[in-house]
Amino acid sequence: MLGKLSWSAIPFDQPIPLIAAGVVLVAILGVLGWAALKGYMPYLWREWITSVDHKRIGIMYILLALLMLLRGGSDAIMMRAQQAIAFQSPGYLPPEHYNQIFSAHGTIMIFFVAMPFVIGLMNLVVPLQLGVRDVAFPTLNSVGFWLTATGALLVNISLVIGEFARTGWLPFPPLSELTYSPGVGVDYYLWSLEISGVGTLVAGINLVTTVLKLRTRGMTYLRMPMFCWTTLASSLLIVAAFPILTATLALLILDRYLGFHFFTNEAGGNVMMFMNLIWAWGHPEVYILILPAFGVFSEVVSTFSGKPLFGYRSMVLATMAICIISFMVWLHHFFTMGAGPNVNAIFGIASMIIAVPTGVKIYNWLFTMYGGRIRFATPMLWSVGFMVTFIIGGLTGVLLAVPPADFVLHNSLFLVAHFHNVIIGGVLFGAFAGYTYWFPKAFGFRLHEGWGKAAFWFSLIGFYVTFMPLYAAGLLGMTRRMQHYDVPAWRPWMIIAALGTVLLTTGIVFQVLQLVVSIRQRARLRDVTGDPWDGRSLEWATSSPPPVFNFATLPDVRGEEAYWAIKSSGKEQTLDGNAPDYRDIEMPRNSPTGFVCAFFASVTGFALIWHIWWMVGAGLVGAFATFVVFAWRDHDEYVIPAAEVARIDRAAIAERRSFAGVEGRA
Amino acid sequence: MTGAATAYEDGDPHHLRGMQGSGVGHPGPAPKRIVTGYGFWIFILSDIIMFSALFATYAVLLGQTAGGPSGRELFELRNVAIETALLLISSFTCGLATIAADMRNQLWFHVTMALTCALGLGFLAIEANEFASLVARGAGPTRSAFLSAFFTLVGCHGLHVFAGILWLLTMMAQVVAKGFRADIQRRILCFALFWHALDIIWIAVFTMVYLLGSAS
Repeated sequence: MLGKLSWSAIPFDQPIPLIAAGVVLVAILGVLGWAALKGYMPYLWREWITSVDHKRIGIMYILLALLMLLRGGSDAIMMRAQQAIAFQSPGYLPPEHYNQIFSAHGTIMIFFVAMPFVIGLMNLVVPLQLGVRDVAFPTLNSVGFWLTATGALLVNISLVIGEFARTGWLPFPPLSELTYSPGVGVDYYLWSLEISGVGTLVAGINLVTTVLKLRTRGMTYLRMPMFCWTTLASSLLIVAAFPILTATLALLILDRYLGFHFFTNEAGGNVMMFMNLIWAWGHPEVYILILPAFGVFSEVVSTFSGKPLFGYRSMVLATMAICIISFMVWLHHFFTMGAGPNVNAIFGIASMIIAVPTGVKIYNWLFTMYGGRIRFATPMLWSVGFMVTFIIGGLTGVLLAVPPADFVLHNSLFLVAHFHNVIIGGVLFGAFAGYTYWFPKAFGFRLHEGWGKAAFWFSLIGFYVTFMPLYAAGLLGMTRRMQHYDVPAWRPWMIIAALGTVLLTTGIVFQVLQLVVSIRQRARLRDVTGDPWDGRSLEWATSSPPPVFNFATLPDVRGEEAYWAIKSSGKEQTLDGNAPDYRDIEMPRNSPTGFVCAFFASVTGFALIWHIWWMVGAGLVGAFATFVVFAWRDHDEYVIPAAEVARIDRAAIAERRSFAGVEGRA
Repeated sequence: MTGAATAYEDGDPHHLRGMQGSGVGHPGPAPKRIVTGYGFWIFILSDIIMFSALFATYAVLLGQTAGGPSGRELFELRNVAIETALLLISSFTCGLATIAADMRNQLWFHVTMALTCALGLGFLAIEANEFASLVARGAGPTRSAFLSAFFTLVGCHGLHVFAGILWLLTMMAQVVAKGFRADIQRRILCFALFWHALDIIWIAVFTMVYLLGSAS
């Protein structure tokens, strides 16, 4: 009846996961109970859970990412503490638990922090920058988000029911085969990523179509803000790479569930084929993450330097070059496979070539700042911190791309330090820069600068104190994922890294405090202009937060830096005497399809993990029925009458005018 | 509005006219039919990439028969030829259904869609029969890595055909219930793209798996 599921699946003998899960459960129930008591539930359902508005979906993506950041960060703290303690001693985490923690940490940080964070930013900002009302497929957008949430849910359920994978963030066979990992841990990993992978693919298709087919009048390709270009490149990579992940994990699933022989040791299976397939996805994946961050930095550096982006076209070229070359370097993840010196040399050279367009970008940002009137607001601090940090990470990456050096450094902590250097110093700093930069656009008030700057400095210094010691320990020969060790020379570095974790954690705590303080002081931090940073692209042309239809009349773009041109020529709506030509606006109706679909996906995924076959069938039928019901709807759009559009727009303009008046008198 | 449009035509600060073709005169968001079809094309591309991963897997594992039978001993080209014919004809009838939908002819739409469905089911029946006989002969997917790859690649295409038939039936029901509304027409367009794409993939399967497999 319940497949492999029984009471023994709940780890009553292990206090740490039980307490952690208990705390999470209490927090979730607390929030839900509070919302229910206050009567917010109908509002949440109507305005958020069923919303197909790209801005709200973007915000929910980022919220998911921030929550999962706390979960993945707790794992990181536990690992650093274990390695600081476990010198000639077993430490406080037993090996099987420690292995689950590093697997969960990597999986969560990549798939449920970095991915939703950048997809959330793209969702929130790109339609606004393109001057349009929504993404190409609003309901699918909601489906994509909720499927991602399903994946995150399944990973977190594994905390209490059963176990998570012990095979690292990528489940390399034969360890991940049934013979060596008979438990449900790997199955949790596989199904949560298959489901959230579909969500990511949907988001990618949606964004590619949006950028290529939905741009306002006059928004030609070479007038798009840089963030739109990087979104396009990143989404193209999603479309081209995620199907490979889906296929690869499906093959491993077939091995584990039906006894196939893709990656087994017997019957002709080929373990190295898994490495090739997974990294053919995995290397583009790192560029899927970093390219949107590059886009954020381009916007931020240009805005806070008060200058157009230097070398816009070379930036476009560099982005698209990275997009293509990223598919030609995957083998550098396993030079030690023994493919021979010629193959290794080709991939080593390709890996160095991809550093060239990245270098072009760094110079472009530097030259954008050169001669500019730079304002060091929090987003700009994250950007400058990124430039310094990312160069170090990039250089150690080029070092690792030299095959002979890689043979020495492979799977050492040097590698761990390298990818944290580029992912924290690149993706996470970019995500935080974007978060502080576009927060006022999303919510109508700015984030508190003081707390933001404190968070930045603690994160930056914390990052260096945590990860520079790992480079040193790696050079001293310490391999990754060690539950305990006996080499005295490594010990001091592990203790310094643990201290660095304290600083990094403080940075995260300050960011939480920043959010709390900003919400409390939102009246003071209110942004009535819609353009708090003196921005240059179209998202700043509308009010903060934007109305559901984004723009009362679609903007007409006549050059690069559309909004800057409008402001310079004094044609800003606030100063323009002519009333715009308001029309009725059709907007997509909210729909519970995404949520219901994800509910059935969760049921199906859970049932598949535990071999509860009747529940699998029920879940699949439910998902199909949801789509049919959705397809049967008659009214998928509603009309906002021109008078209502005019009322909302005039109110926003009046608010801006009053602000301009106050400024004028002061 | 016309005044604004003219002013915009004049505004070409970077003198890009001619360099970008029609890009300078970008008219604004594309109509829904274009957006939907375009997005679905992108999805099909992603699906083809998934198949290419399976093709690569098959190519790598082709020789890994682990002492078991190879493709040459297993494949019956006569059945595969019938399968191919069924699928190609179904693409033709699917094309007729698209024309019928364009002409808003309920009768012909349903006749041709039903034919497409029948041909697709025939294809699936032959494939299921082939799979069952292979398993019965001890050449199931668990026998060797080669057979794992074969069953996965061909089976994945079969699953797509099955999903296509579910979609086809849903579309027939929708046309009965809703008529040829604009959104239904867009879905018919996407369904047709999907069905033809399955043909393209089958041609690759037919060539790389069956023809080359029987020859070697």
